[in-house]
This record gives sequence, structure tokens and C-alpha cells, in this order.
Amino acid sequence: MNIHAVKAIFMFEMARFFRTLAQSLISPVLSTSLYFVVFGAAIGSRIDQVEGVSYGAFIVPGLIMLSVITQAISNASFGIYFPKFIGTTYELFSAPVNFLEIVAGYAGAAATKALLIGLIILGTSFLFVEVSIAHPLAMITFLVLTCISFSLMGFIIGIWAGSFEQLQLVPLLVVTPLVFLGGAFYSITMLPPVWQVISLFNPVVYLISGFRWSFFDTSDLPVVLSLFAIGGFTLLCLAVIGWIFKTGWRLRQ
Amino acid sequence: MQPILEIDDLRKSYADGFEALKSVSLTINSGEIVALLGPNGAGKTTLISTVCGITQPTSGQVRIGGFDTLRDFRAARALVGLVPQEINLEPFERVINTVRFSRGLFGKSRDDTKLEQILRQLSLWDKRDTQIRALSGGMKRRVLIAKALAHEPQLLFLDEPTAGVDVELRKDMWNIVAGLKASGVTIVLTTHYIEEAEAIADRIGVIAKGEMLLIEEKMQLMRRMGQKQLDVQLSSAVNDIPARLAKYNLLLSNDGLTLTYTYDTRAARTGITKLLSDVSEAGLVLRDVATRQSSLEDIFVDLVHAEEEIA
Repeated sequence: MNIHAVKAIFMFEMARFFRTLAQSLISPVLSTSLYFVVFGAAIGSRIDQVEGVSYGAFIVPGLIMLSVITQAISNASFGIYFPKFIGTTYELFSAPVNFLEIVAGYAGAAATKALLIGLIILGTSFLFVEVSIAHPLAMITFLVLTCISFSLMGFIIGIWAGSFEQLQLVPLLVVTPLVFLGGAFYSITMLPPVWQVISLFNPVVYLISGFRWSFFDTSDLPVVLSLFAIGGFTLLCLAVIGWIFKTGWRLRQ
Repeated sequence: MQPILEIDDLRKSYADGFEALKSVSLTINSGEIVALLGPNGAGKTTLISTVCGITQPTSGQVRIGGFDTLRDFRAARALVGLVPQEINLEPFERVINTVRFSRGLFGKSRDDTKLEQILRQLSLWDKRDTQIRALSGGMKRRVLIAKALAHEPQLLFLDEPTAGVDVELRKDMWNIVAGLKASGVTIVLTTHYIEEAEAIADRIGVIAKGEMLLIEEKMQLMRRMGQKQLDVQLSSAVNDIPARLAKYNLLLSNDGLTLTYTYDTRAARTGITKLLSDVSEAGLVLRDVATRQSSLEDIFVDLVHAEEEIA
């Protein structure tokens, strides 16, 4: 195991994060705070409780997930796409590292950034709404697993992308709808039965449901199912990345 | 001499059937500078990429410092530094950070004293906190070298280090290479400038169409180059070479007007004076004389063309 290499990639990526703090940290925190103001404090006060929780508090886990997923994907995809774009990947391929070390460095840094942003947003939410955390350990576990798995997914997107447009495409066209329709703003039990069934095919539903359970001790779906879903998703992403490095798909000419 | 790089029957072909490398074998000893000469598309970069692990070989074996590049890839790659042809660098990064990154990536613990030494050697120390995008082209190339040296490799590949570089910078680069050699690094560089190979290499290899046509001590090649030819033009054509001139091994042109004499410039006696007096004693009248030197360029062009004709 080339620990120095993992550390080098990790530190290099984190340096970019701190260099562009305004864009990488302040903007996601600010935009999520606006959700808290609008849906939590302003409109939320006129909405009934959902599953026994005030609406303002109810949307907190979903909004954290929305930011964390978006950030994990965009950081990880940019992290590997940029070296590919400027042609510095030669160094990665000629270095004494294997794919797990490269992924650990890039996805690890992206996951750390996403986790930091998630925690800051959680802290910010206390300013606007009353939130309690029923299962702190489970909450952290869900958060960390989400950061990791979507960073892995972002890494894949970064390798797949052939242009900056494509880099934006998946987050915009796939991830945002999945999160919005994944119960970030509502409980899926509020949907008509047909849509409830359709929702079960949306992987984000399991994440948000499990994450929300760790806050309020109520969930749409069994928590174990949520854990299995995110664990399976992580393994799937790892397998895809392993295949990419083995075949050199989109990496080597 | 200890071999640092051993390439054995290395082949690389692509899915479309194109053979970029056709059975290349090569041994490079510790401490030497080898220049690989070849036209564009000859396979120079493919060879380097394959040795460095960027391209997967179709078959064959590569050992660096005795370590197989596939089986013991970590040990093998830790010994190698690569300076690519294209200047590809993170534009917003600072020089010192990108060099530090390279050292870590190749498995070495942080050592800022070592990095200072490398940056000073390349006259980059004053620029260590400069963003890469603010550097000139020549400086960027030095950054690439600094990155490749950051983990203290024993074998350094320089892929066309002076492509598109002006004369002054090229001389600069030659000095850098000489300095690196003095510090004990083995260097393999590719170039299509023959004078560059002549100026800095110990051995010269010629590669074309994926094959090593020759690899030879530079001095030996120079000796071949040391051959000169004297063309003696006659006022009137002759049918045969006069018997008196037989010992000179002359060549007679088809029109019978030119005699060509090949001699070694380094020999104590070239035989030119004697030849010229024998020519006039044989009753031939001189119109003009001219000398020609066969350069490495000629040898190179001949080799490459001979190869093309066979193909």
C-alpha cells in the first residue's frame, strides 16, 4: 500500500478545496440556508406536521442529503476529470500506485469535502429550525456512507465525461431529479399508491428514509433496507471503477 | 556495468492491427545517456509509455533495476521518472506543491530539503511559490523535470525535451542533462534532432516503424561518420579507372567524368596528395575537386529508407 501516494492525492485535492473556498464551501451552505428560510421558516410554518415532525425540521435530512450528494459528485467528478482534461494523468499511470489508492485519494478527498459541507449545513439548520437527532451514530454512518458512495459515483462520471458539459449533465439531469423525487421534501407515504411503488426504484429514497430515521426515529422504509441499499451501491461503484482501471476505458488511448 | 533497463522482445499492437512496436530489445546501463532518434510516429513515445506503465505491452518483458514492470510494478516504477513531451501541468497550482505531489505519488515521504536541492538545480527555487500558469514555456518544462526527479529516480525518460524550444533553451536543456548525468541519473531521451543526440548522448539508437534499427556507441557512429569522400571531376570522360589508380579503390561515375575516393579523416595520412599526383601522372586532367562528409543524418536517412524499401 502506497500510503504516501494516497496522502499526496488527498492533500492536493483538499488544497484545491481550500483555495476556492467561496465556491466550494460558502455557496452550497448559503443556498441550502435559503431552503431553510423559505421552506422551513416562511412556508413551513403554514404546513402541518409530517410524520409528527414540524415541516421545517422534516426537510433538514433531505436537504443535507441533497447538498452532500451534489457536492460529492461534483467534487469527485471534477477531481479526476480535470487531470484528464489537462493531460496530467500520465503521472498517475506511471506511478507505483494501484487503482484503489488512486480512488482512495480522489474519492476520499471528495467525500471529506462533502462531509464537511454536510456537517456545516447541519450546524446551520439549528439556526433556523428546531432539529433533534435521535440516533447520532447512525446519522454519522449514513452521512459518511453517502459521501463515500456518491464520491465513487462522481469519480466514474469524471472518467466517463468527455467534456465539461457532460460533466454537468448527470448531476443535473439524473441526480437532482432523483433527490427531489426521493422524498427530500415529502414523505413518500404522502404519494398516490402507484407513485409510491415507482419511488421504490429510486435509490435515493432509501438513503433519505434511513437518514431521516436517524433524526426523527420514523421512516418510510425499514432502516436495514436503507443500509443494504447504500452498501450495495458503494460496492457497485467500486466494481465499476475496478473494471475501468482494468480495461483502461476512457482513461488510456 | 549494471543494467538499469532491460527490454526483451517488447511488442505493442493495437486493436486495429497497427503494430507500434515490433520486437524491441534493448539494454541500458546505469549512468549512461542514450538518445533514441527517429522520425515522427516511429514508436519512440510508445516505447517510453510502455516501459513507464502508461501503455500495456502486447507481449515481451521489461525490467527496471531487475524488477519486472508488470509483476513488481511498484518497485520498478519507483525507480523511474518520466518527462512527457507535452507540457501538461495544473495551471493554478504552485510549483512547490506540484513537485511535492509528485514525490508523494511515487511513494516517498515529504522531504523539503531534497525538493529545494532539485529546484535549485533547475533554477526554479525562486519560482517555487509561483502559479504554473505564470511561468514561461521553458520554465514549465523545468517544472516537468523537477516533478520527474522529485522521487529521486535512477532512470529518467525525457520525451523530446527540446521539441519546439529555441536554440538557447536547447543548450540550456543539454546543460541540465549533463548535470543530471553527473548526479548519477541514467537518462533515455528521444529526439529527432541529430545534433542533440551527438551533443549529449553516450549511445545512440535509431528507431523507425516500431523497430530498433541500430543502437551503437556514439563514438563508433562518429567513426563511421568520420568517413569523407573526395570527388575528382575530370575534363574529359574515361572508360576505365587507370591501373595506376587501382590501389585507391575509386568509384567511377556512369558518365565517366567523376572519380570518388573514400578516406578516413582521422587517419594519419589521408592519401589525398598522393592520389592527386597519381591522377595527373596517369594523364588525367582535373576540372574540379570537392569533398563530402557523411553525417549521422545520412546514416539515419539511409537506415530509415532502407527499412521502407524492405517494407
